[in-house]
Amino acid sequence: MTEAQTSDRSWLIRLWPLVPIVAALIVTSALLMLFDASPAVAYRAMWDGAFGGQDKFLSVLAFWVPLLLASAGLVVTFTAGLWNIGIEGQIILGAIGASWVALNVTGPAWVLIPLEIGAAMLGGALWAALSAVLKTRGKVNEIFSGLALNNLAIILTNYLISGPWQPPEGGSFRGTTPFQSAALLPRLFESRFSPLSLILAFAAVIAVYYVLRGTTWGLKLKALGKNPYSAYLLGVSSERETILAMMFCGALAGLGGAVRVLSWFDSLRQSISGGIGFLALLVVMLAAYRILWVPIIALFFSIVLNGSITLQLKTQLHSALGGILTGLMVLFVLLFGSAKQLGIGGKPGTAAGVPDVMPDELPAGEIPPELMASSYPEVDVEAIHE
Amino acid sequence: MQVELRDIRKYFGRVKANDGISLVLKPGKIYALVGENGAGKSTLMKILSGYQPPTSGEILLDGQPVRFHSPADALAKGVGMLYQDPLDMPPFRVIDNYLLGRSNSVRLNYKEARNELEGLSKRYGFEIDVHATIDSLSMGERQQLELVRLLAGGAQVLILDEPTTGISAEQKEILFESMRKMTREEGKTVILVSHKLEEVQELCVYAYVLRRGQLVGEQELPCLNEQLVEMMFGQVPKRSQRPPFAVREPVLELQDVNIETYQITVPDINLSVRAGEIFGLAGLEGSGQRLVMQACSGLVAPAKGRVRLGGQDVTGWSYHRLQKFGMAYVPAGRLEEGLVAGLTLTEHLVLARPDKKFFVDWKENRQEMAERITTYQIVGRPESTADQLSGGNQQRLLFSLLNTPLKLLLLEHPTRGLDVRSSDYIWQLLYKRRDHGTAILFISADLDEIIEHCDRIAVFSGGVMSRILDARETTAEELGHFIGGQV
Repeated sequence: MTEAQTSDRSWLIRLWPLVPIVAALIVTSALLMLFDASPAVAYRAMWDGAFGGQDKFLSVLAFWVPLLLASAGLVVTFTAGLWNIGIEGQIILGAIGASWVALNVTGPAWVLIPLEIGAAMLGGALWAALSAVLKTRGKVNEIFSGLALNNLAIILTNYLISGPWQPPEGGSFRGTTPFQSAALLPRLFESRFSPLSLILAFAAVIAVYYVLRGTTWGLKLKALGKNPYSAYLLGVSSERETILAMMFCGALAGLGGAVRVLSWFDSLRQSISGGIGFLALLVVMLAAYRILWVPIIALFFSIVLNGSITLQLKTQLHSALGGILTGLMVLFVLLFGSAKQLGIGGKPGTAAGVPDVMPDELPAGEIPPELMASSYPEVDVEAIHE
Repeated sequence: MQVELRDIRKYFGRVKANDGISLVLKPGKIYALVGENGAGKSTLMKILSGYQPPTSGEILLDGQPVRFHSPADALAKGVGMLYQDPLDMPPFRVIDNYLLGRSNSVRLNYKEARNELEGLSKRYGFEIDVHATIDSLSMGERQQLELVRLLAGGAQVLILDEPTTGISAEQKEILFESMRKMTREEGKTVILVSHKLEEVQELCVYAYVLRRGQLVGEQELPCLNEQLVEMMFGQVPKRSQRPPFAVREPVLELQDVNIETYQITVPDINLSVRAGEIFGLAGLEGSGQRLVMQACSGLVAPAKGRVRLGGQDVTGWSYHRLQKFGMAYVPAGRLEEGLVAGLTLTEHLVLARPDKKFFVDWKENRQEMAERITTYQIVGRPESTADQLSGGNQQRLLFSLLNTPLKLLLLEHPTRGLDVRSSDYIWQLLYKRRDHGTAILFISADLDEIIEHCDRIAVFSGGVMSRILDARETTAEELGHFIGGQV
């Protein structure tokens, strides 16, 4: 393939993440028509649900922030070849960390908020470190420890809500007492959106960009993700970098958890994450593990899921339509793979002497697609209603 | 069943794994297929067992041309292969595993299967407890189960790939006896792929020898081991005179080092390599020389004994600690263990350099890599990825990434798969290292290379190291002698 041909097609590679989105829209439309519903009306209702008013759009932004934080963290672990399924638990532990400060420390906002954020990031990072150490020392695959720790995190939340942190008027199983107002993030126009949290999320995205592009650590993670044994022989300590990558991701996820309790809600709730961690996995896969695509895809997810909440009021359609749409997208991502695998990105140079070995693109192949698919339904659209 | 292979070719890109191999295997006989690693034995046997199709060529069973679509298809047509690692399902019970490959009916007939399994086991003198789970069985028992499964599947031709690795001496006797029975009494055809010439001599009646993808010889057995070794490695030319190295202080010292794995025990290695010396380890693959090298690099922990590097006791040090101390290890698989496919040359350089900073200075590293590309004559650019390079360039890249100074350089097959010019260049680089006082320890399958470039040589056979030979006074015949295990 000549240089010219490659550059002719480079726009296709760059726009590749859009292909599954378009395909999913087409299939969803077909599905709607099958049930005698008009796709135009449905998408219109979704659009209105997301942009039909200031409050609705602020909701989209407020949902976007924690999703963006978790996704940015996942780009780091995916680069290192790790399937951090435990991200959901890390978000929850972040929420618990922030709640602990909010319930037990009193003081002005400028003291409380940094403390809460610190506790949340620490909580998420330690929860992730547990998974990482189980992997490096106990040879437990991070997928399985992550799933187990997710459940433990949920159980821990339920215990806190119905036990030590229950409101004085008695446990309702729904949440703790609302936090003191100084503990909450400053929010815009009575909405759930905190501009400060968006600034933090953008800072996280930029940090991830530079870590992966410009630091030795980022390069080590990349090497580790592509070929752990070669990386080891080149001098990369797989244990150290695995733990650090997981903790980095856990810290960002924990921050996302803090945003959930401190601006989306005002207390620790039962389904505090509502599946944001699993959604973030999908966002990152859809973005083909590239950090610069993550904000766009995450925003799109937030628009679709928030937009479908009011779907039932305006049309006869259930709000699960948003879930169907995003779910289909992920199926198409798994189906199409990355552009390179389909040979659109030009053939990778064939190395003489090693005919059978196809270089692994990404941490592909380690997890069966069935497992990914099954983790999807846990996304709790209902939690968005609250 | 008579097997005939006609002009079998298998190409992987430019690499000719099998380059026109024709041979005939008659029923009732045990054949040996020998050759060094990379000679094309596995490729040929994978073709014969239906695992992969040939690029061209024909397989004839009893004179009829056949084409296999899968290993199961090959077995249905009468060819079964016993892999080095049995293809069973460890958590399963023996009987379930057996049925898995046998029965396609919805309801499993356990009783019939058990009778069949026990009947076959008894006939060949195997003892398999049908209710045990696979992971409770020894390697030898798993192998017996696999054999029975192949026989029940109708195998008339059996291929055994290194069957005696990891099984006990007693199980080996049972296995050999069963193979004799299959051929003499039942007229089956057996092909033994083995590195162990002793076993080949003991069991087989005829040997085919492969080298570089071609059939280079055939031989009635038993014969002298040297005859086989000569065919496997080729004629060794008279070497040119080389100035002897100046004897300096010892750099690497191994004292009573024992290495134990589940496959092989390497007892009591005593070895000393001096600064500026090139020390070669010869032997068939899997004879223990690689383990010794890995013990020197910290990748394998010796069960007993001391390792000293530059006078410092480094026993038990980790690979990374030794790396910082001045040891470098260049493994055989370039893209599998050494380079990272998808990373650029510059990125490799950043990872390999000892003085790492938090932020990468890409400009400086790109320049440094460009310089090294010129120095080491690598065909590629700093931003090329490692997998885009050819084998010879990958090897030169690995050498360009080595740090200076080095106390000890460990090499596995440094010139495998390279053409004459590339190999020569690699050796020039190594001679330069040696002049700077680096001790070089290397493994090669190429006896020419070992005799030509080494100062001293040790030969491994079945884990046992020979006495240390002076390269100037030894011959390929003598090495062949040691490789065959006769001391």
